[in-house]
Amino acid sequence: MKRGKLWAWIVFLLGALYFLVPLLATFQFSLSIRRDALSFDAYANVLQSPTFQQTFLFSVAIGVAAIIVGLLIVVPAAYFVRLRAPQLRPIIEFVTLLPLIIPPIILVFGYIRMYGTSNPLFFLRLTGTDVGTNILLTLAYVGLALPYMYRAVDTGLRTIDVQTLTEAANILGAGTGTILMRVIFPNIIVAVLSGAFLTLAIVIGEFTIASLLNRPAFGVYMQNVGANRAFEPAALAVISFIITWVAMGMIQLLARFAPRTAARTD
Amino acid sequence: MSRGPFAAFSGVRWGDFLGVAPFLIFAVLFLIVPTLYLVVGAFIGQDGSLTFQNIIDLGTPQIVSSFWISIRVSAASAVLGSAFGLLIALAIIRGRLPSGIRSTVMTFSGVASNFAGIPLAFAFLSTLGRLGLITVLFKTYLGFDIYRAGFNILSFWGLTLTYCYFQIPLMILIIAPAVDGLRKEWNEAAATLGASNWQFWRFIGLPILWPNLLGTLSLLFANAFGAIATAYALTGSSLNIVPIVLYAQIRGDVLNNPGLGAALALGMIVITAVANVVYLVIRTRAERWLK
Repeated sequence: MKRGKLWAWIVFLLGALYFLVPLLATFQFSLSIRRDALSFDAYANVLQSPTFQQTFLFSVAIGVAAIIVGLLIVVPAAYFVRLRAPQLRPIIEFVTLLPLIIPPIILVFGYIRMYGTSNPLFFLRLTGTDVGTNILLTLAYVGLALPYMYRAVDTGLRTIDVQTLTEAANILGAGTGTILMRVIFPNIIVAVLSGAFLTLAIVIGEFTIASLLNRPAFGVYMQNVGANRAFEPAALAVISFIITWVAMGMIQLLARFAPRTAARTD
Repeated sequence: MSRGPFAAFSGVRWGDFLGVAPFLIFAVLFLIVPTLYLVVGAFIGQDGSLTFQNIIDLGTPQIVSSFWISIRVSAASAVLGSAFGLLIALAIIRGRLPSGIRSTVMTFSGVASNFAGIPLAFAFLSTLGRLGLITVLFKTYLGFDIYRAGFNILSFWGLTLTYCYFQIPLMILIIAPAVDGLRKEWNEAAATLGASNWQFWRFIGLPILWPNLLGTLSLLFANAFGAIATAYALTGSSLNIVPIVLYAQIRGDVLNNPGLGAALALGMIVITAVANVVYLVIRTRAERWLK
């Protein structure tokens, strides 16, 4: 058994080397903006730049909008599929896989062609105005997040007894909207939040779609900095890694608070 | 409501249908139709007539070579990613490492598989770029210039090595449940019958994991094939993988033919779709063994 352990240690240490060295190198690089000493100047340059603040806030805002829109379409769908229309499940699950099958660059290319200024239906020319393009970007992110959002919500619904809750609320006189908003949603809030954090992690640094729609997003800003500066990109990489880590950490943390009511077994 | 293709909708009450409708409308307007729009566009010439010229034009050397480099990078990073991912998964699950390591590796994998795009390119430039830490350390302390030895981060191997940073963790996340499914009893049964460790893996372990491995391989391939941000920030346009050519085409019609852009997109859709369908089919078959 000793030998079994040895190979495992070797694999683990090689893996750790491959994954940790770039992080350390990036951190070290981000500190070496001054010739003579290590300093956090690159971070200061980045964090104080108004473009950083504007683009970061813009991306967070679009991300939050995408989460809200995503929930509005995913929660009712997942609820009805689970409760009353299980025969729709294959269709819905196929749709949630589409964003994984269609690369983002294809999706945005399709948007530009379809919702561009050459669209014969004027109200579909979304790229014509800033507001329209922001809406399009939000919807694109809803699409990107759809697989994760749907799976999170569906997992949440599986852990609660949807049918009993619905019947109980019905008996008390609640309508469908009330049931969704005040009974189902609060019960799956933990699952919803973990889907939301994953969405934020994916969306905040997104480059392809934002860049092709000409939006002042964080990913586009990072690419610009990368093309023009030496040390600031490393600082940005460290910041992004921390953001991703925080988002994932929140998901792990939330998992501990998930309700554990067993579903009805009949 | 029970007409042919809409059979799945029969028996769904109108009130319930309203709940699912926003989801389906979104899918049609913002996932399905835009993609079909491009697919159809690939067969329409500049004069608006039906044509196969765009597809034929994909045969130009520039585009063929971009597809070829894309396929090579995606395949290499998928093969390396799944091989090392599997090894790490085996090590943390069956290698009797301290118990904290497994959960740490799984959490880290969740983070690293999402740490793609622009920042990942920056990280590897800081590590293996011309002024990167490893490059400089090798030169200063070992007198070995990796760039003079032929390495370049802006190359096939540079990109492959970078892609492995999100491919390996993805592999770990996907394959861990399958490795978990290899029961201890099978080991013991094989050992009782006199099988060596090698024989166990050759005749039991790998055959059971095989469908999973093939499926994940195609998923990782598709994952790398559609990625653009990392490559774009890393190499600019010095390595013309398909998504970068398409990006340049969308920005400024560098191929001087709008229909050709759609054909390029169609090529990407076909390749990623095939890879994903292979994954889904194999996964459904593989799940039978892991119950």
